[in-house]
Amino acid sequence: MSNTKYILGSFADPDEMMHGIEKLQENNISIYDCYTPMPIHGIEAKLGVKPSRLPIAAFIAGATGTILGFSLLFYTTAYDWPMNVGGKPSLPLPNFVPVTFEVTILLCALGMVATFFYRNHLFPGRAPRVMDLRASDDRFIIAIDAKENTDHNLIDGLLKDAGAVEVKYNERKYVSYE
Amino acid sequence: MSSHNESILREPLVTGKKITYAQVTDDVLLPVENKPNKAWWIGFIVAVCGAMLWVISVGYTFWTGIGAWGLNKTVGWAWDITDFVWWVGIGHAGTLISAVLLLFRQNWRNSINRSAEAMTIFAVICAATYVVAHMGRPWLAYWIFPLPNQYGSLWVNFNSPLVWDAFAISTYFTVSLVFWYVGLLPDISSVRDRATGLKKKVYSTLSFGWNGSVKTWQRFEIVSLVLAGISTPLVLSVHTIVSMDFATSVIPGWHTTIFPPYFVAGAIFSGFAMVQTLLLILRKVMNFENYITMFHIESMNKIIMVTGSIVGIAYLTELFIAWYSGSEYEMYAFANRVAGPYAWAYWAMMTCNVISPQLFWFKKIRTSIPISWVLSIVVNIGMWFERFVIIVTSLHRDYLPSSWAMFYPTWVDVGIFIGSIGLFFTLFLLFIRFLPSIAMAEVKLLLKSASLQQKTKLVQEGAFPEEQVQYFRDSLTKYDSVSEEDINALRKK
Repeated sequence: MSNTKYILGSFADPDEMMHGIEKLQENNISIYDCYTPMPIHGIEAKLGVKPSRLPIAAFIAGATGTILGFSLLFYTTAYDWPMNVGGKPSLPLPNFVPVTFEVTILLCALGMVATFFYRNHLFPGRAPRVMDLRASDDRFIIAIDAKENTDHNLIDGLLKDAGAVEVKYNERKYVSYE
Repeated sequence: MSSHNESILREPLVTGKKITYAQVTDDVLLPVENKPNKAWWIGFIVAVCGAMLWVISVGYTFWTGIGAWGLNKTVGWAWDITDFVWWVGIGHAGTLISAVLLLFRQNWRNSINRSAEAMTIFAVICAATYVVAHMGRPWLAYWIFPLPNQYGSLWVNFNSPLVWDAFAISTYFTVSLVFWYVGLLPDISSVRDRATGLKKKVYSTLSFGWNGSVKTWQRFEIVSLVLAGISTPLVLSVHTIVSMDFATSVIPGWHTTIFPPYFVAGAIFSGFAMVQTLLLILRKVMNFENYITMFHIESMNKIIMVTGSIVGIAYLTELFIAWYSGSEYEMYAFANRVAGPYAWAYWAMMTCNVISPQLFWFKKIRTSIPISWVLSIVVNIGMWFERFVIIVTSLHRDYLPSSWAMFYPTWVDVGIFIGSIGLFFTLFLLFIRFLPSIAMAEVKLLLKSASLQQKTKLVQEGAFPEEQVQYFRDSLTKYDSVSEEDINALRKK
């Protein structure tokens, strides 16, 4: 028992997992994280996870794109080598709209996704840190730090009462390492 | 919560009696985790032969120059740009399904978005090859981008829609690819966690270390939403800019202001037809009938009907405005389309695009799988002819009757076109073999709200009034994946 690092409550149903979270919280047991095969709506509020600030990152990246795109057009067409094509203006603002728009969208998308990958440490080849291999299939996992929460019998009982099909005592944090 | 009770009046999005979360994973990963069957191999071999034809034809074009095509000094754009616009248009349905339907909270997109997005990416790849090939000197293709150079720098002409198009298509491709791949991460991790050995290593690398924690999913959902929000104007801008390749010129037949909305509607029209063509086969061969249901097929047919009608109105508007403008050249361009040497192409377009989708007003037709499949092919043929008519009939009789000419394709023109279809199917077949072709995580979301078994359970508990249940039972008769027995089970116990 003493070697247990994490206690995992494995649920077959998302609503039962939510019920399990409530039960644990009523008993002041802190939850390390939950791992699910699909997004669970409302879980952030329950666990007190703050709203994501990624839209801000997206806006900043998009605004950078607008500025860069317009600067490129202004520099090349109006400043560096303005050309007289049939007497048309060398600063044709309406013609700048499409390219400025495309660069805005491109930087917004890439900037936001890059921020997402950076914040969640997602990159090709990163060793997956998975506590239960069925969390990407059909199990909804509540992970509890066994060192912080010492009354393991209570946790076991609460999880099973809430409908956990299985309670695991993992001596290693991640099972996905070789 | 994942399990709010949806109105019984809504048709189920997932059918089948014992669809559990594990069952979804098993069903979707079946083609990924097992050796492909004979049907896949036959399709793949045929597609690869097509792709080889593409390599030969494009290689020949690069080697000899675009003189290998049937172009002449009057008709300077023909099959190349026709095929380019056709492929870009087909790509648009993928983004429409993944982005616009997400914004409108249309949950039926959940089981078709993955394959439709893949289709977008492969279609844009096919389209982009025409852009490069038609430049004549493809090794200088990078000149389209504003790179510093030794001539001054001499910059690209940012007043030209052709330059806008380069920006639009490359942005579109990049954003679609990113959207698709981010959506794939959770599903790749499902493959990873069930695989062993080398397969595990490969999918582990591809999964970027996804673990499905609360914060990951929260960010994932916000990324999907924002990407959908920016992809929606993006997809509209792409075909708008493609239409401006024509509309900003002064060629009669091209110089019209309705081109942008008309092209966008046509793109959605042809794209949905291609999605229909592919999915009707996919659901049968891969046994996805419980996930891609009759409701999906009927919904897509309705979209084909609506956009087909918009396209039809655009054709008639063009004709009317040509007459109403009083412009001699504009009137001639259209008279030539309707009754000139390419009248057969014009009427093929009119029949395929305007008349055939109107058949979908009949419920029997739009819920019939063989007829839907045939009509989806008819629409794609029609949309190819639309681009051919717009491009070639506007060019082949220009201002000087002495230079009037006809366009005759060479074997290279035909080879590149047939070959690009082969390339497209090669990529698509590889996709369904190696990646989950249905977004599992998103389908799992539907199980407790919009699946038939959930609704059956609620009906048996007596959660809905009988007349609503009767309506629901009636709506199920069109489903090919719902048996008589399933419908009879919808009674209060």
